[in-house]
Amino acid sequence: MKKTKSNKAWFLVLPVFILVAFSAIVPLMTVVNYSIQDIFGATRYFVGVEWYREILNNSRLQDSLVRQFVFSGSVLLIEVPLGIAVALMMPKAGKWSVVTLLVLALPLLVPLNVVGTIWQIFGRADIGLFGWGLNALGMDYNYAANPMDAWFTVLLMDVWHWTSLIALLCYSGLRAIPDAYYQAASIDRASNWAVFRYIQLPKLKSVLLIGVLLRFMDSFMIYTEPFVLTGGGPGNSTTFLSQALTKMAVGQFDIGPAGAFSIIYFLIILLVSWLFYTAMTHGDSK
Amino acid sequence: MNKKKTLGLSVYIIFLLLPIYWLLMMSFKSNSEILGGLSFWPDTFTFDNYMTIFTDPTWYTGYLNSIYYVALNMIITLTVALPAAYAFSRYNFMGDKHLFFWLLTNRMSPPAVFLLPFFQLYSSVGLFDTHIGVALAHCLFNVPLAVWILEGFMSGVPREIDETAYIDGYTFPKFFAKIFLPLIRSGIGVTAFFIFMFSWVELLLARTLTSVDAKPIAAVMTRTVSASGIDWGVLAAAGVLTILPGVVVIWFVRNHVAKGFALGRV
Amino acid sequence: MAEIHLKSLAHSYNRHAEKPEYAIREMDHVWHDGGAFALLGPSGCGKSTLLNIISGLLKPSDGEVLFNGVKVNDILPQDRNIAQVFQFPVVYDTMSVFDNLAFPLRNMGAGDAKIQSKVSEIAEILELTEVLKKKAANLTADEKQKVSMGRGLVRDDVSAILFDEPLTVIDPQLKWKLRRKLKQIHQKFKTTMVYVTHDQLEASTFADKIALMYQGQVVQFGTPRELFEQPNHTFVGYFIGSPGMNFLEVKRCEQGVCLGEKIFPLNELEKQALQMIDSNNLKVGIRPEFVHVWDDPDDSAYRAEVEFVEDLGTYKIVSLRLGEHLIKARLQEDQKVPKEHAFISFPEQWLMLYIDEFLVAKDDHNEEN
Repeated sequence: MKKTKSNKAWFLVLPVFILVAFSAIVPLMTVVNYSIQDIFGATRYFVGVEWYREILNNSRLQDSLVRQFVFSGSVLLIEVPLGIAVALMMPKAGKWSVVTLLVLALPLLVPLNVVGTIWQIFGRADIGLFGWGLNALGMDYNYAANPMDAWFTVLLMDVWHWTSLIALLCYSGLRAIPDAYYQAASIDRASNWAVFRYIQLPKLKSVLLIGVLLRFMDSFMIYTEPFVLTGGGPGNSTTFLSQALTKMAVGQFDIGPAGAFSIIYFLIILLVSWLFYTAMTHGDSK
Repeated sequence: MNKKKTLGLSVYIIFLLLPIYWLLMMSFKSNSEILGGLSFWPDTFTFDNYMTIFTDPTWYTGYLNSIYYVALNMIITLTVALPAAYAFSRYNFMGDKHLFFWLLTNRMSPPAVFLLPFFQLYSSVGLFDTHIGVALAHCLFNVPLAVWILEGFMSGVPREIDETAYIDGYTFPKFFAKIFLPLIRSGIGVTAFFIFMFSWVELLLARTLTSVDAKPIAAVMTRTVSASGIDWGVLAAAGVLTILPGVVVIWFVRNHVAKGFALGRV
Repeated sequence: MAEIHLKSLAHSYNRHAEKPEYAIREMDHVWHDGGAFALLGPSGCGKSTLLNIISGLLKPSDGEVLFNGVKVNDILPQDRNIAQVFQFPVVYDTMSVFDNLAFPLRNMGAGDAKIQSKVSEIAEILELTEVLKKKAANLTADEKQKVSMGRGLVRDDVSAILFDEPLTVIDPQLKWKLRRKLKQIHQKFKTTMVYVTHDQLEASTFADKIALMYQGQVVQFGTPRELFEQPNHTFVGYFIGSPGMNFLEVKRCEQGVCLGEKIFPLNELEKQALQMIDSNNLKVGIRPEFVHVWDDPDDSAYRAEVEFVEDLGTYKIVSLRLGEHLIKARLQEDQKVPKEHAFISFPEQWLMLYIDEFLVAKDDHNEEN
């Protein structure tokens, strides 16, 4: 659709701008301010990029960062294909499509700490079906003691909680494809795979973009769920960046380094999101 | 629909529902029964866990608080996002692309440290521990999302409709309220669903910005962990109760939302 | 190449309901091999339903579809060897134009050499050679329609190409160009083509023969000229022509049929028909083009009041009041426009009699169908 050029449109955007700027700019400036100062009560020293250097050289944080990337990567690699698959399996119309939509929406409406609680219970070998089931199958599963199990449970929990988001977005994207496309493909003798590859997937691109961005950002900042489930343990196996940051900021009250950490954290998310954004919109304009 | 699809979908739905079922069932058990062994159905059905919650006023005020600020957030978000989305869908203006990406970056600030200046900022302007304070804070991540979703729905409405309305002598506000909004009703439904969802499930900001008067239900829940260990039954009941409002809301708007999703404009 | 035969075909979307409603009422119809046909009718007459039945996207509830005498009811669209061009251009957005055209061939497992030669041949004909490397998403609407048509043409085995109002989204100035292209392609390939439209101009420029549909039935199948000169059904008269045919409700009288005092003479065949059928739903029809307008009284002319005149550039349409009836007449550019009143006459040759909305033939000479 052709758009009119008009800077008057700014008046329509202004409320959004003011509202978001109010909550965004001051805290961001403050955090930047923290990150370049050493704060002892009322006295402050300017330290420049000292905290940044310290954070970047902190091997524990580097481990956390790696863990975080592996986690977010796994989340995307599982949730995106699974979400698309679920959307493809959903009934197109009628009573059952409403029922399916409702059920899919259900996990999304569970508060983050309750998600943790649900899996905390569900995964326990003594009172939870999942933990009990795995143990009954002969697996020595215990998310509170075994780092791998804890990591796996957090991942599974995230898949349980958020795959529906991708599925709902994709369902909506799929509904936007006119029947004529499927008819033409069938006349062209396209295989199911070709229909998916050349008709459905291209149409899902824009919803997948937002889905991937949302899932990346939220999983990269995951905090509440693993905190409730394992408290970051056992060991540091589920201590993701957010938790490391909280420990630093709240636990040790190292507000300067924590500020620097936050800014770096923020920039990483920004960079990766931008990469996704460019990669997925690439070729649209050509 | 073919059988393979139905089967696949059923498996996935069972995967989604089983943990929730487990929680629900546990909320009707006594603690001794929960710890006594595994069962799919309570031996003795009890409402004690729920009674514990309902007889304690902090619980239901927690409820009311959450619902109150989520509703406020939905109203604020939609009020500002609707005109903005219209602007994005109809006009090119200076800095539009950058503005949009900047809006999106506000979802990217890691909470832990940002919570502190947030807390200071909101305290300094007297918004600490108020519902409107939480509602405003949640706008930070809900407004960009709402603008994005609404923009998709609005782009599906042909421009000719705007032009015809202006020719017929409608002013912008009148056209917007009387003609345009009804056209994207189901889109607004879908957007409201997402706003509700993200605001309802968020805990960190809500907990940081409140102490007593606006304390959300999800924060109240943590009280079930006492010195004597976790009260599993009450915890499960509390969990069920936090899911319930979402279920009720989505049940009432199910057709709107289903229609909105089926429009394929998200 | 194929002859398409619709044998006692009917279709209902709710066949098992108590009172099934038929989108297609029972018909028997043959599209000859290699012809260019149009399926013309107003929206909702069932023409798209019929097209989808032919292509196999829809299964008819009754009757048979025969391709070259072979029943294809249970054959899937992909195995029917037909191509279809839809109302809105359907192209595979992410593929290049070349890949779009090669797509059906690749799905059939054709070799590279064959794909190369076939695609470039078709691209040449459709004037798409220039854009072969472009992404299909970036084409204009008319180029996209050509690509979707091309996907049908690359296949050697295509026995018919079906068009479902393919020019709807094309800019007016490009419409005629694309239509001419279609015509050329038909002449070159001699493939059976069925073209659905609601535009009589499109239908008559494209097709050798037009099937006019009305309420789920083909009411007339004939050349554009036949449809114009001898509409089989009052609907054909009304739908074809601009403006449509004038119809006057008449009564039986001794000499034939009368409109009040006025008598319209009938020939022998018409009289016989009138005697055989005792319906009182009688109409006479005449095309505005054939109404004669005089300035002065004449034996066979009736006096009519001039209601208004529409000037349509190269010709004028005069609306005349004859008793209670409004009659339209078409005047040539150079013809004098009458004022206030005029005298009109209806040449017998062009005055058609309709009993129960159907035409009574003027002579025994039956047209081909």
